[in-house]
Amino acid sequence: MKSRSLFRRLALFFGFAFLYVPILSMIVYSFNNSRLVTVWDADDSPTLKWYRALLSNDQILGAAWLSIKVAAVTATGAVILGTLAGLVLARFGPFKGRTLLSGMTTAPLVMPEVITGLSLLLLFVFLEQLIGWPQGRGFVTITIAHITFSMAYVTVVVQSRLATFDDSLEEAAMDLGARPAKVFFRITLPLILPAILSGWLLAFTLSWDDLVISQFVAGPGSTTLPMVVFSKVRLGVSPDINALATIMVMIVGFGVLVSALYMRRQERRVALEAQMARADKH
Amino acid sequence: MARSQVRQPQKPPIDAWGAGRLGLIFSLFYRYGPPRWSQYVRQHWSGQRLVIGVPFLWLFLFFAVPFIIVFKLSFSEVRLAMPPYAPLIEKVSEAAYAINVNMGNYAYLFTDPLYTSSYLYSVKVAAVSTLFCLLVGYPMAYAIARSTPTLRNVWLMLIILPFWTSFLLRVYAWVGLLKTDGLINQALGLVGLGPYTMMYTDFAVYIGIVYSYLPFMILPLYSNLEKHDLTLLEAAADLGASPIKSFLRITLPLSFPGIVAGSLLVFIPAVGEYVIPSLLGRSDQLMIGRVLSDEFFANRDWPVASAVSIAMLLLLVVPIVLFQRFQNRELAGARK
Repeated sequence: MKSRSLFRRLALFFGFAFLYVPILSMIVYSFNNSRLVTVWDADDSPTLKWYRALLSNDQILGAAWLSIKVAAVTATGAVILGTLAGLVLARFGPFKGRTLLSGMTTAPLVMPEVITGLSLLLLFVFLEQLIGWPQGRGFVTITIAHITFSMAYVTVVVQSRLATFDDSLEEAAMDLGARPAKVFFRITLPLILPAILSGWLLAFTLSWDDLVISQFVAGPGSTTLPMVVFSKVRLGVSPDINALATIMVMIVGFGVLVSALYMRRQERRVALEAQMARADKH
Repeated sequence: MARSQVRQPQKPPIDAWGAGRLGLIFSLFYRYGPPRWSQYVRQHWSGQRLVIGVPFLWLFLFFAVPFIIVFKLSFSEVRLAMPPYAPLIEKVSEAAYAINVNMGNYAYLFTDPLYTSSYLYSVKVAAVSTLFCLLVGYPMAYAIARSTPTLRNVWLMLIILPFWTSFLLRVYAWVGLLKTDGLINQALGLVGLGPYTMMYTDFAVYIGIVYSYLPFMILPLYSNLEKHDLTLLEAAADLGASPIKSFLRITLPLSFPGIVAGSLLVFIPAVGEYVIPSLLGRSDQLMIGRVLSDEFFANRDWPVASAVSIAMLLLLVVPIVLFQRFQNRELAGARK
């Protein structure tokens, strides 16, 4: 028994070392004074000069702002469409075209990005020829493409959340005379709200992170942050990218910490309420 | 009071007037059309069509139609024009149309060794990386599933955390580690080994893929392993089975669905991977995702790029269908 728990500890230790050493190395080297990424300049480090360089780089800041805008619109659109699709697939029973809809929602999860990017670009070119819209490519085309692939993730999250409880509450509301829209907003929506929130964050991250599809559907003059980073690191390592990575890891880490603490408090509150409800009964 | 009346939950028939494909458009038309029609429609229309229709139309327009265009384009001939291909049906004169269906792009894929070798290489890289991913991910998923519930949540959060940070930056982190004067070779140098050439090799691509896709392997495995009935293992131990034997005869076969799901989630996107081989991989042997993108952007040969993607989809159709089946079964299973 002891050897097995040792094995488990080793698996976790090496696994997490594998996952976190690269990230830690980026954080450490973002404070390095030397331009050579792998040489630690002990005399003048740690330094914040790469952070200053990053924050005065207008190209990176502009691209980051575009990425934030795209990601926010994408996440909102993907949540609306993905929630509808998840609701339809989980609740509407069989209907004509159900197989097609469920196929179209799960396929983007595993579709190679190059194919999605190519096919959407061809669609936009074709549409522009046919009806003159979208004129050129940029914010609109990137956002449409991002919504399309990230709504699949939201759909799966919402659908699996809906699958964890049956529709008896919704049925009861219907029996009491609530119209379907009311049932959705008063019963279903509050129940799936956690799934919708995590779907929004997921879609935001996917859009913020996407390089390949953006490269296909972006036009000249609309460069997202991953596109700038990719063109920079392709030419070799540049230390200000380490600083960028560090900032992003900090933001994500902080966000995850806050949400974990919040969830723990929620759980405690639910447990307490359940206890009180039990006490009331007796 | 109307509220107190017990109403039958009316689930309106989806296809109220048996009409077909344009149902949504028609229903909108009827809804806002002349009153006597809308009266009729109000009885049969409940917004359900709209709820189905909005995501359906979106996905149809931005997911299905693009594929039809790619498919169509893969049979076209390349032309020096904008857009750079010949239409399939061309008006030759007032009365005559020419149909330019051309299999040449597909024939080209088979005759030029660049394409076949890229396909084979991509499948090889994806398969080897998936195997490594399984070898790294299985022990981790197993260890997490057997931890105490509190620790379990911490471990899972730590698995998912890197996923929220940029994929591109995580791949880039390995450049600094794998370079000939990078951190790994510096560390090996301290114990008198190396330096080894690791950048721009297959090994670097395997590392990059395993590193980026590890959560996709661990999470399905974990959700399978966590559900196992541990009394089976106790029974096996009582009957004298060694831990290794009971793992091989009980845990491993039971976790097979998790292995399949995790492997498909890694294998399918890895075949078309573009970023990782571009940053870490060889320049003398390209993966198919890179070939496609070069064909499109550098050579501006849209028809061949389309044929490359159709061929890639054909290659992936079996794993994708397998994955969809699995996904549907999982979602149906969660319901019970």
